[in-house]
Amino acid sequence: MSELIPVCTDEQLSETELAAIDAEIAHVPYRASVAIDALKIVQAQRGWVSDDALQAIARHLKMSAEELDGIATFYNLIFRRPVGDKVILLCDSISCWIKGCDGLTQGVTDLLGVGPGETTPDKAYTLLPITCLGACDKAPVMMVGEELYENVDEQTLHALFGKGQA
Amino acid sequence: MNLDRPLTRNVRPDRSPTDLHSYESNGGYQSLRGAIGKSSPADCLQIIKDSNLRGRGGAGFPTGMKWSFVPMENVSNASNPDGHKYLICNADEMEPGTFKDRLLMECDPHQLIEGMILAAYTLQADVAYIFIRAEYYKATQRLREAIEDCKRKGYLGQNILGSGFDLTMHVHVSAGRYICGEETALISALEGKRANPRAKPPFPQVSGLWGRPTIVNNVETLCNVHHIIERGADWFQSLGKTKDSGTKLYGVSGRVKNPGCWELPMGTTVREILEEYAGGMEDGYQLRGFLPGGGSTDFLTTEHLDLAMDYDTIGKAGSRMGTGTMIILDDKTCPVGFVKNLIEFFARESCGFCTPCRDGLPWSAQVLDDIESGRGKAEDMDTLARQVQFIGAIGNTHCALAPGAMEPLQSAMKYFPDDFTRHIDGGACPYCDRENR
Ligand SMILES: Cc1cc2nc3c(=O)[nH]c(=O)nc-3n(C[C@H](O)[C@H](O)[C@H](O)COP(=O)(O)O)c2cc1C
Ligand code: SF4
Ligand code: FES
Repeated sequence: MSELIPVCTDEQLSETELAAIDAEIAHVPYRASVAIDALKIVQAQRGWVSDDALQAIARHLKMSAEELDGIATFYNLIFRRPVGDKVILLCDSISCWIKGCDGLTQGVTDLLGVGPGETTPDKAYTLLPITCLGACDKAPVMMVGEELYENVDEQTLHALFGKGQA
Repeated sequence: MNLDRPLTRNVRPDRSPTDLHSYESNGGYQSLRGAIGKSSPADCLQIIKDSNLRGRGGAGFPTGMKWSFVPMENVSNASNPDGHKYLICNADEMEPGTFKDRLLMECDPHQLIEGMILAAYTLQADVAYIFIRAEYYKATQRLREAIEDCKRKGYLGQNILGSGFDLTMHVHVSAGRYICGEETALISALEGKRANPRAKPPFPQVSGLWGRPTIVNNVETLCNVHHIIERGADWFQSLGKTKDSGTKLYGVSGRVKNPGCWELPMGTTVREILEEYAGGMEDGYQLRGFLPGGGSTDFLTTEHLDLAMDYDTIGKAGSRMGTGTMIILDDKTCPVGFVKNLIEFFARESCGFCTPCRDGLPWSAQVLDDIESGRGKAEDMDTLARQVQFIGAIGNTHCALAPGAMEPLQSAMKYFPDDFTRHIDGGACPYCDRENR
């Protein structure tokens, strides 16, 4: 992040978010210990973690927004920018590379018009590369939302993202 | 019940989960019932030591010895008034080419939980965490359901089965990054911080999570525990074909006919795994080499096919058994591209704490990219050799990520030097017409 986080907004966490965060705080010795859980809880509700949401979490955990942002930006599955309804995680590690994952990335790009790191204009999908998904015997693999797709080929991509599908 | 394949006896062909009822009807939780409150923690520890169980997370460290460093006297003090000790299951599984823990957790979550309860009992730990990578949705859900079932059954919670032993178990879902699998980085992540590894000593066994005694073990390691406690050290030793005891989940990925993961006696030969289980190479492909146990192990080649896959044998051959899941290099895949993919992975996953790793790995990736795309020069080979020397030396970096990254690179340079030269001399990748490239 190049810009500084604007000081003090009055963004509030929802009741649901607060309840879930407080349940985590209950079993750890320090409030700040739940930083990652809290970011994930808020992200589950809002899809991503905005600057305002980040500040609200930091206030609740009694830590600085800068420290929390240092944590948030460390982890690749905390999204500090908006993502689509579904995130496509395409494995680009070794076993999937051997089986041609580079071609699949290009295939998704051809069908959805987005490259790695980009979100479709209709906000349906964000395409991200991911490290080995632990399904290397079924390479190449990818996830769409919570669903794992194995032995992915052009047909899989067409069925999922082709015209009239997405 | 299949006594030769204890870890996968409940794994069904369709990979559907084993619920509490079917787990129990197949002998599940009998080990817990037999040991908890009846055998002393010291007795349990002795069985684990005698069994020669070695950690399945990659390093092969003897589990009993690791556990014996945990203080058994009252550990309460000002910063730990309740005297907590922690057991953590490392379910981060992100080593490229590794896909064994997923199988164990998705198919038989109770086996892991029973092993963890007995491990915690042995260590007298009162809180247990399963640190699982975020992408394992199915496993997470099945583990959470299994934990709830155990609470209802009295296998978890206060006064487990009337023994006076209490254990709380949590599932912590990670937020990504390979480095979280390194045990001290995992502890940082569980504390809610950036996942930077920590200096040792102090070792986690004495000062780990929130400064309290902590044991971190791999999923497969913990899955072995209750079988060993139930059937004894001699039984476990008898399962292995060589000095290393037990069974191992071996896997093969790459261009073989039948990629997959199988539980076999420890010390099964590479050839048997590759030919009998993985079905040999795909038609039209020849074997050139393989990484025995994940992306951070050294290449071995066709001359090593008759070696036993165990820690010592593979170690003596100049590599590591690592996670036991092999990645196959075939004759139509570019070894330089192969290594470049791995180095780019390690560069991306560096936690950024120390210079050789943070700045060195992207440099290696750049040099490999130059060579692979035909822009390489003869002196690039010297640069790579120096990088291997500086980044790969244990002690130059804060953790084992960077030295691990150098293992496939240094061994590719050793076994496939002509491939590097052909790229440099020809000014192009000789494999580039291969499909999908
Ligand atoms: C960079 C790095 C990543 C690691 N990732 C994992 C992992 O995902 N799972 C795992 O069990 N061990 C992993 N390890 C090994 C752990 O640090 C630790 O040795 C292991 O969890 C101990 O368990 P064990 O004694 O049961 O093998 C990793 C080590 C390093 C250096
Ligand atoms: S070797 Fe790499 S991953 Fe390990 S501490 Fe240093 S920078 Fe971090
Ligand atoms: S390399 Fe893609 S799932 Fe393992």
